[in-house]
Amino acid sequence: MLLTGSQIVMEELLAHGVNTVFGYPGGAALNLYDALYEYRDRIRHIMTAHEQGACHAADGYARSGGHTGVVFATSGPGATNLVTGIATAWMDSVPLVAITANVASNLIGRDAFQEIYITGITMPITKHNFMVNDPADISDVLRDAFRIAHSGRKGPVLVDITKDATMALCEYQYRSPETLPEPLCINPADAGRVAALIDAAQRPVFYCGGGVIASDSTEWVRRIAAKGDIPVCHSMMGAGVISHDDPLNLGMVGMHGTVAANLAVDRCDLLLAVGVRFPDRVALNPGRFASSAKIVHIDADRSELNKNVKVEVALRCDLRQALTAIENQVQGASHPAWIKDIQAWKAECAPTLSGDDALEPRSLIGKISELSGPEAIYVTDVGQHQMWAAQYLHHTEPKRFITSGGLGTMGFGYGAAIGAQLANPGNRIVHLTGDGSFHMNLNEGCTAVSYGLPIITVIFNNGVLGMVYQWQSQFYGQRYSATVPDRKTDFVCMAEAFGAKGFSARTLEEFEECYKQALTEKGPVWIDCAIDKDARVLPMIPGGGTVEDMITE
Amino acid sequence: MDMIQNTRKVISILVDNKPNTLARISSLVGRRNYNIETITASETHMPGVTLITLVVTDSDPDILEQIVAHIEKLEVVREVHVMDNNGGLYRELLLLKVMVDKKARSSLLETAEVFRARIIDLSRSSLIIELTGEPAKIDGFMDLMSDYELVEVCRTGVTGMSRGL
Repeated sequence: MLLTGSQIVMEELLAHGVNTVFGYPGGAALNLYDALYEYRDRIRHIMTAHEQGACHAADGYARSGGHTGVVFATSGPGATNLVTGIATAWMDSVPLVAITANVASNLIGRDAFQEIYITGITMPITKHNFMVNDPADISDVLRDAFRIAHSGRKGPVLVDITKDATMALCEYQYRSPETLPEPLCINPADAGRVAALIDAAQRPVFYCGGGVIASDSTEWVRRIAAKGDIPVCHSMMGAGVISHDDPLNLGMVGMHGTVAANLAVDRCDLLLAVGVRFPDRVALNPGRFASSAKIVHIDADRSELNKNVKVEVALRCDLRQALTAIENQVQGASHPAWIKDIQAWKAECAPTLSGDDALEPRSLIGKISELSGPEAIYVTDVGQHQMWAAQYLHHTEPKRFITSGGLGTMGFGYGAAIGAQLANPGNRIVHLTGDGSFHMNLNEGCTAVSYGLPIITVIFNNGVLGMVYQWQSQFYGQRYSATVPDRKTDFVCMAEAFGAKGFSARTLEEFEECYKQALTEKGPVWIDCAIDKDARVLPMIPGGGTVEDMITE
Repeated sequence: MDMIQNTRKVISILVDNKPNTLARISSLVGRRNYNIETITASETHMPGVTLITLVVTDSDPDILEQIVAHIEKLEVVREVHVMDNNGGLYRELLLLKVMVDKKARSSLLETAEVFRARIIDLSRSSLIIELTGEPAKIDGFMDLMSDYELVEVCRTGVTGMSRGL
């Protein structure tokens, strides 16, 4: 049948099971948006306040739901506003297809109004990108885009389409989506070798990351851990790989990881690193990371192997398939002495609470965990509140902790929460943010109101840019350069001005009352929580340090 | 003498001839803070397939391994390999324009003759020399030419092929 380029885009979205897209219209995107209007009964378009919010929403949609996120933007500033969002998805390997309109092909290269070379700009932050100026190529390109975004190590793909190509007519024939390449299987001998290492180890530890979550391999990590009596720690991106109350759970490892996790990695004789990158926030001193251990590293991406830390066994393969094969061959073991050490570290270092009614970050997060129910999905911004959330939330399942790990994008949270809510209409979405991060993209409050999304935003408001402030306290002689902004923002009034509900809390009791009220609301709620500006994220290993340098108080 | 200096590595990359392919590869190498000495791209006998030959300074084998692993991931890349410095044949083409009057011309021509270089343009006060050879030979010739007043120099960069099958 004869369709316009824009209609072909819609048909390909439908062919790939896409029923929700995020975006913001504009001149060059008029034809695409005209087609979105035509297809509105089958494709829901969520219009945000800003393209960055739309991109984070598509990202949050993908992270929490598992489907490739799709975002639309117009040319020029529309496209450049996506850049931080695309980079965020790139660093955390989130499958995303960004579709940008560009000016008509006869204007390309003439510095036309709102023309930008977005394929050039996004080259280092996409798995691949395309520029299309012929409607006959749109179908093939989108099929490739979805295949690339969702195969191997997932990630963002950008498709830039000129305005004339979105308008011109072209013959279109439905084809089923391209089949994803077969997962790369682990060599059976390698699976046997890893299983033998597990069985022979005296002090094994799992170090799991976002790759485990992205490949839906959590179940297999849990099985191997149970069978081989292996304690499990995780990177921030791996939160949810094991339940917080599992005796084998060590919690997060790295700069702000638990004492038990960092000690266990330091002392173990076998480190099973799965779907991780050994980044500078975990392997702070790569030369001395897990220095007593044989390290087995399994990852879908060859370029991650031996990148930051040299390992004994480096295996590039599909995680789910590999872990299944290894689980089959592990005989099973128990390490009572090792587990006893670990239990002692966990007990010794359990942080204590003052027990009074003040809004301490840990008690606040404990209260949120307690009241939100087991199905809640938590989305964070970036900074101190993010670390507290990673440390203290009761993580139970994968894909319930949505956070910008690699890029550390302040302002990620609200957009991502909107995406998570649309992907999971039945789940409670809780957005944890700081006053610094929230100021960056709180404009998305209007989006949450427009679509009636009952997202609860908890603002950890200490009046300072807490994480940088903490470093200035500790390492820069308390010279608080540009971290004490003296804002006068009244978040309660602001929420009401957007058409949302606003509350504020100064004590835990007040918070509980507001939160219970928030849980009954049909639309978005902001709760402004007064936090002490001197509350710190602890423990902490300074950059480049080891477990010996850990600051615990 | 090695065909190519041991401080360099030659990476041979077969790619689809698609827009931006060269930029994708050069930007990737740049991202790793690795310096490209020369880069060449040319058509092959296979339609739509281009060969890119990249010469980089060989400082750290881990970084080289990283570059190859990243290049391999690019959608447009079909094949990548790091060539063996001794097992490959490498060639480069030099064009050189030099100011030279009648008096100095004969000694210059003598030098060119030794290197089997060709004179492809001659005027009263200048000439253009063409030389093909291993990069080390070109370097040697350039060294001798530095005695003269050079006007323009262009080198194509290295292209190479493994011996045998």
